Amino acid sequence: MFSAFLIDAAYFIAAFLFLFGLKRMASPVTARSGIVIAGGGMVLAVAAAFLYGFDVSPRAQPHLGMNLLLLVIALGLGVSWAWYSGKRVAMTDMPQMVALYNGMGGGAAAAIAATELFSGNALAHGPVVTLLAVLGGLIGAVALSGSLIAWAKLDGRMNKTWRLPNQQYVNLGLFCAALAMGAALVVMGLMDVVQAPVFVIALFFIVALVLGVMLTTPIGGADMPVVISLYNAFTGLAVAFEGFVLQNPAMIIAGTVVGSAGTLLTLMMAKAMNRNVSNIIFSDFGGGDDSDDSEISGSMKAADASDAAIAMYYASKVIIVPGYGLAVAQAQHKLYEFVKLLQKQGVEVSFAIHPVAGRMPGHMNVLLAEAGVPYDIIYDLEDINEDFPQADVAIVLGANDVVNPAARTRKSSPIYGMPILNVDQARQAYVVKRGQGKGYSGVENELFFEENTSMVYGDAQKVMVQMIEAIKSLG
Amino acid sequence: MEITTTITGFVALYIFLLAAFAGYEIIGRVPAILHTPLMSGSNFIHGIVVVGAMWALLNAGSTLEQVIGFFGVLLGAGNAAGGYVVTERMLEMFKPSTKVAPSTEDKE
Repeated sequence: MFSAFLIDAAYFIAAFLFLFGLKRMASPVTARSGIVIAGGGMVLAVAAAFLYGFDVSPRAQPHLGMNLLLLVIALGLGVSWAWYSGKRVAMTDMPQMVALYNGMGGGAAAAIAATELFSGNALAHGPVVTLLAVLGGLIGAVALSGSLIAWAKLDGRMNKTWRLPNQQYVNLGLFCAALAMGAALVVMGLMDVVQAPVFVIALFFIVALVLGVMLTTPIGGADMPVVISLYNAFTGLAVAFEGFVLQNPAMIIAGTVVGSAGTLLTLMMAKAMNRNVSNIIFSDFGGGDDSDDSEISGSMKAADASDAAIAMYYASKVIIVPGYGLAVAQAQHKLYEFVKLLQKQGVEVSFAIHPVAGRMPGHMNVLLAEAGVPYDIIYDLEDINEDFPQADVAIVLGANDVVNPAARTRKSSPIYGMPILNVDQARQAYVVKRGQGKGYSGVENELFFEENTSMVYGDAQKVMVQMIEAIKSLG
Repeated sequence: MEITTTITGFVALYIFLLAAFAGYEIIGRVPAILHTPLMSGSNFIHGIVVVGAMWALLNAGSTLEQVIGFFGVLLGAGNAAGGYVVTERMLEMFKPSTKVAPSTEDKE
């Protein structure tokens, strides 16, 4: 069939464009063209998929007109809603948006599994195809409901982290129940049952969806980026499995690439946060009895914003450590204005980004890029940590745990072992902070009590305005 | 069209193996500054699921399959389009220094 050849050829080109595009996304210089190239592959694949209409199964033949109409409506609605919401979302809200789009992909994979199981297509092709359909359906459904919960939590629509007593056993039970029903379906495929009972299939998907909810609700907001990344990998895997069921190589390749890439990304994120993936999913983090309020000697010293600004003005090397607090105060633009004043004076300014600065890894880079900060003065932790001893001034804006030296020294601390930025090694450190509170982890920050650290209290936006004024008044 | 099983057994496993390594290698070299766009970009790539959902909807033979297929295409299309838009928006903002003297009046 000629249409089948065209579809295969289009998928081949699309798979090439996806890999080529992803590769180009690996460098900031070519990244933009990478996503455009991958987007071209997607348009081509979707256009080719319309050719399926020339060659539908006999039982679908009478419905073809209706199905085409539904297809156009669904595509139109899905694309226009996503386009509109994607254009409008603020950069600070990016994590939950990624979670939402990812959940939709998982849902689509689960929907494919459901149609193949309900229509009897999967069972007709034997136990292997049924097994893959079932596995893809399970993973996709978990990714769908789990991502929706992650979205709701990050979007502030669901603030409670509730858990049932013995929730791990409940989850285990749900998982086993889903597996048992999946296994039953596979056995039916083995025994040449043509049509599996509808209620078994329906129950299977319901249990899988509930499992996704139960797995995600106990996880706190701080761990959510790792969870989103994990569900991203899950969805990739589900898409690959459904690709095998439909014998669709583009889905197999794209899904597998995302599955492995997403797994690697998840592990890298977890490592940067000093967390273990299985701990995040299965543990009882935040039990609440970590009372490590203890013997930190010394006291915090306060400084004026203008004093800090002038110290930086006469420095030769300044390192800025931005945190999510900076973005909350919407102070990135003012900060870059200040940095440009310093650069004009000949001060060497660099930005030091902790791997988990922002709300997910790399998020801070996006927020700085939005303010116009060029990426070549932004450095990762490994690249800049040895520069701190040569820095005249290091200034911390809206970050806390990621600069706490206790992570290096204090074994009893919950953040012990987490890689940190060595702000304490700079000759002079300023910390811009709204108040004297503790960080996300609830740990007191030893940096604030150091001899060479001064605290600048206030909203980051207002502090930046004061600093700019102080410099301008110098002439 | 019936599903013709041509990608089976070891051929399927080979594809799986090679694609898994490709994904690992591509991501392994990405600098940390691009992790957020990259997560979003890989999220876009699995939006290809929409073509599978299109096949399922076009081959739907009952009302139930039509309803599920409709939502499959809707969700898949949202995944692909949304993933593309946010990734493109983020990557567009990454710019190098204007390599002239420090005193530049950048365009806003």
